[in-house]
Amino acid sequence: MIKKIAIILFTTFTLIVNVNAGTDGELILKKNQPSEVKDCFEKINRITFAFNQTLDGVIFQPAASLYRKLPSPAKVGVGNSLENISHLLTIPNNILQGDFKQAGVNTGRFIINTTIGILGIFDIAQYLGLTNYEKEDYGQSLAKLGVGPGCYVVLPVLGPSTIRDTMGSTLNFLGGDPWYNVTVGKDTQYLKNSDYYFSKGASGIDFRAKNYDSIENLEKNSLDFYASVKSLYLQDRQQKILNSRKIINTQDDSDWEEINQ
Amino acid sequence: MKSKKIIPIIFFYFFIISNSYSIEADVFVQSTVNRASKILSENLSKEEKINQLKLIAEKTVDISAIGFYTLGSARKNLNIEQKEKYSILFREYFLKSFSSRLSEYTNPEIDVLSKEVLSENYTIVNSLLKGTSERPEVKIDWRVYTKNKENPLIRDLIIEGLSLARTQKEEFSSILNSNNNNINFLFKTLEEFSEN
Repeated sequence: MIKKIAIILFTTFTLIVNVNAGTDGELILKKNQPSEVKDCFEKINRITFAFNQTLDGVIFQPAASLYRKLPSPAKVGVGNSLENISHLLTIPNNILQGDFKQAGVNTGRFIINTTIGILGIFDIAQYLGLTNYEKEDYGQSLAKLGVGPGCYVVLPVLGPSTIRDTMGSTLNFLGGDPWYNVTVGKDTQYLKNSDYYFSKGASGIDFRAKNYDSIENLEKNSLDFYASVKSLYLQDRQQKILNSRKIINTQDDSDWEEINQ
Repeated sequence: MKSKKIIPIIFFYFFIISNSYSIEADVFVQSTVNRASKILSENLSKEEKINQLKLIAEKTVDISAIGFYTLGSARKNLNIEQKEKYSILFREYFLKSFSSRLSEYTNPEIDVLSKEVLSENYTIVNSLLKGTSERPEVKIDWRVYTKNKENPLIRDLIIEGLSLARTQKEEFSSILNSNNNNINFLFKTLEEFSEN
């Protein structure tokens, strides 16, 4: 019942927003400029950030350090497998964003890698020309529909987010994430709750291990680590929403030009 | 008749001179990267590596411009003395931070792949830091200031699409916002970082 209400609310909400939203790239770019996102809850955010750092020091950093010692093929296999699961969330979001071609490509990737690639351990699809996988989520879909980011928030354990992205993540637990539905939601008897939580924990450790040196380096050389993480998160989200890795598409050059004068 | 011959010769002469010293942005980045990689792969102490990296940074990075970009709109409110003080403090901070970050890498392999001319003043050079067993490959783009063709300078590093200059700018802005936009607090923070 709750799921149905949530789906109806989400559909109504997106339709309303879609009518009013300026969906062209420039408007989305402007709305998602990191400097435009307000840190309304900075005091609480900084406390949560400190808590997350402690948690990182106790759990994620030591686990990532051990994980890094695994042989390369094992790490690649785990990474591929986790990425394969993420297709389940990406595909409905490709459709929500009107990117039907990419939804088809990602569906092909998921089917091939789950079967021939043995539960996603091997990325066979890339050798068949199905490359360039980009994760999508409900936060990005809402942004594409014209929803602004709202305030910046730091969530316990989960880390940096915005009000919009938090709303997007909530939809995962309300029927929007097929992986959640088949594990925790018990849509099938073959998977358990722990499979979902294990995959999420493993994703966190995989991410921490891949960025181990960068995170340590950033922390050591930052004047305000909280502000650096916030900036990097918001820049990253802006690019993911625009599906662009080009700085010239996301950065306003006027400040640089002013320096030259 | 004579003047007709002289003009093309003079034109050709100036053409040769003006082009002989200009350095292409991608060649400049590859050469800078090669020099840094050589230092990082040599059997030197960490302190020696840091000192040599600082020398490279001083010649190839536009530290002064990055400093004022990083300061954002606050730069408009500084008087000449404050600007001078800031430039000195930022230079010390930047060199320490930059060399410390780089010195952690051993023998990094970076290949320059392509370049994109944005304007007369800027070219983005695209490169790839090769992956190792410990980290995946990383895309690094370099914003090169090319107004002076003979002496191009690096103004920003964009790692996987994330701008370091922009991150630093927002970091400085946060420090100022948390302290009533008091520039002296930023000066103090920069001093403390450089001293530690």
